[in-house]
Amino acid sequence: MTNPPLGNSANSGNPLLEVRDLQVAYGGIHAIKGIDLHIERGELVALIGSNGAGKTTTLKTLAGLLHPAGGKIKYDGKSLHDIAAHQRVPMGIALVPEGRGVFARLTVVENLLMGAYSRNDQHEIAVDLARMYTLFPRLAERKDQLAGTLSGGEQQMVAMARALMSRPALLMLDEPSMGLAPLMVKKIFETILNIAEQGMSILLVEQNARLALQVAHRGYVMESGLITLSGASGELLGSDAVQRAYLGG
Amino acid sequence: MKPNQKSKSLLVALAIALLLLPFVTDALLGRGWVRIADFAMLYIMLALGLNIVVGYAGLLDLGYIAFFAVGAYCYALTGSPHLAIAFPALFPGGVHLSFWVVLPLSALVAGGFGVLLGAPTLRLRGDYLAIVTLGFGEIIRIFLNNLNAPLNLTNGPQGISRIDPISTAGVSLNATQEIFGIALPSVHLYFYLFLAFTALVIFISQRLEKSRIGRAWMAIREDEIAASAMGINTRNLKLLAFAMGAMFGGVSGTLFAGFQGFVSPESFSLMESIMVLCMVVLGGMGNIAGVILGGVLLALLPEILRHSVVPMQQALFGKTLVDPESLRMLLFGGALIVMMLYRPAGLWPSRVRRRELDTDEAAETV
Repeated sequence: MTNPPLGNSANSGNPLLEVRDLQVAYGGIHAIKGIDLHIERGELVALIGSNGAGKTTTLKTLAGLLHPAGGKIKYDGKSLHDIAAHQRVPMGIALVPEGRGVFARLTVVENLLMGAYSRNDQHEIAVDLARMYTLFPRLAERKDQLAGTLSGGEQQMVAMARALMSRPALLMLDEPSMGLAPLMVKKIFETILNIAEQGMSILLVEQNARLALQVAHRGYVMESGLITLSGASGELLGSDAVQRAYLGG
Repeated sequence: MKPNQKSKSLLVALAIALLLLPFVTDALLGRGWVRIADFAMLYIMLALGLNIVVGYAGLLDLGYIAFFAVGAYCYALTGSPHLAIAFPALFPGGVHLSFWVVLPLSALVAGGFGVLLGAPTLRLRGDYLAIVTLGFGEIIRIFLNNLNAPLNLTNGPQGISRIDPISTAGVSLNATQEIFGIALPSVHLYFYLFLAFTALVIFISQRLEKSRIGRAWMAIREDEIAASAMGINTRNLKLLAFAMGAMFGGVSGTLFAGFQGFVSPESFSLMESIMVLCMVVLGGMGNIAGVILGGVLLALLPEILRHSVVPMQQALFGKTLVDPESLRMLLFGGALIVMMLYRPAGLWPSRVRRRELDTDEAAETV
């Protein structure tokens, strides 16, 4: 028996996520100055760029944690305007926040159950919990440990599994490689690929451009609040501009 | 014996001990100590209420005593002749609502005040929240102190006296009652009433801690952004924490007004808020048993000092050099410092906090 895909992708013609001329401002400062992007169902899209380019701001806005100053966000054909962060989770949007944001003084299993907060199907939650332990065997060993006592990589696993517990259609990952040992980064990215292969749509924000573009189908390059370049990952990896700016070539 | 059976028999033993406590205390230490035990239970209820706000939801509240005041004044106004004296045209015979009618009402009013405090402070955290809540507590106290003019609502600093004693089914708790041939003085009756309420408050706290709501509160305490990314409506849950905590405070205040028969603004000073917060922190934040322990210790400490310091000084020096009240603050400050150095998680920390500190130490020694 094969597992059903992790994502609960509904089927219709339009892209899963469509962003038009999105602008976000902190006070008077425009952090995002009008960007367009889209994600097709089952696609793994990377958003790369240097520090302060506005990548995290973009993700936070998509998750509903920040309010746009202008532009449109359409998810699954519906406008996300006026939909609060906590209402977006049951719609299938999950965020793995920057710096992981695990609940340090809750145990691993309590963290994972918090991910299923917006769900009510106790039986299915138990099934998904078991799946997370298959996906991340390390978490099964540590399930009664406080999340704050885990290593950085293990915390990243907790954060990812927790997000998956909401049965998202769109998984947004904010800098999953941040502060991790190279071996652990490799492991986390293998898992991201694994999840993507099961049909999940993923928006991956990374500073490690090469790594992100190696796993993604497409990529966007962000610079000071604007998307300056976009295309298939292979093209971006080969492009002179990206080589010079991010890949140290 | 199975562990479950064991804990059950322990619970029964504890219940019997608590039921006998007023008689034993009365016989050994005198009736004054039963009264002190009554006050200790009021403090425990307050501390458990504050534990919801501070311990579970992680919102530092330095004005918590305001809700105690709101509850106390609710009953003082509706259960005393004050309104009849201040507004004879409106309330010719006074209000004199039954305690059991006022109790849910003042819980609601206090809960409303909780939301009133919570709503404008939703974006604040840590020290900033502490400052605003501190201000809120003072505002309530100053209002109570000054609302005797132009309309005499609270009777100002004189306070409101002659509050109706609590009575149940026509039986007043302010007089000695005889049940099954056992004479129960007033303080004993209040002891059992407060014991019942404390048990109820403990029960509700326990259920909340293990509930979906409780877990959501803890998630907010740990990381608010991640919590809302989990689908938690952080705004409503924070307001709910403020309201629930305030309701516990309101109930406790109502009991206090009925028991004392008199309320005045000076019972609700900032020092009281700090005392209750210390009970929560000293005992063990987030752990119900720890909070109860903190409440008992800090409620008894001033009394023990009062009864030991003066006679001791009299015996040693022939006169009283330091009055117990100022000594209390000295010991109290010392105890806090010692606690923070040696038991930072509290006297009886929660399972989780203790584990966390153990692992920290283990990690340090590695």
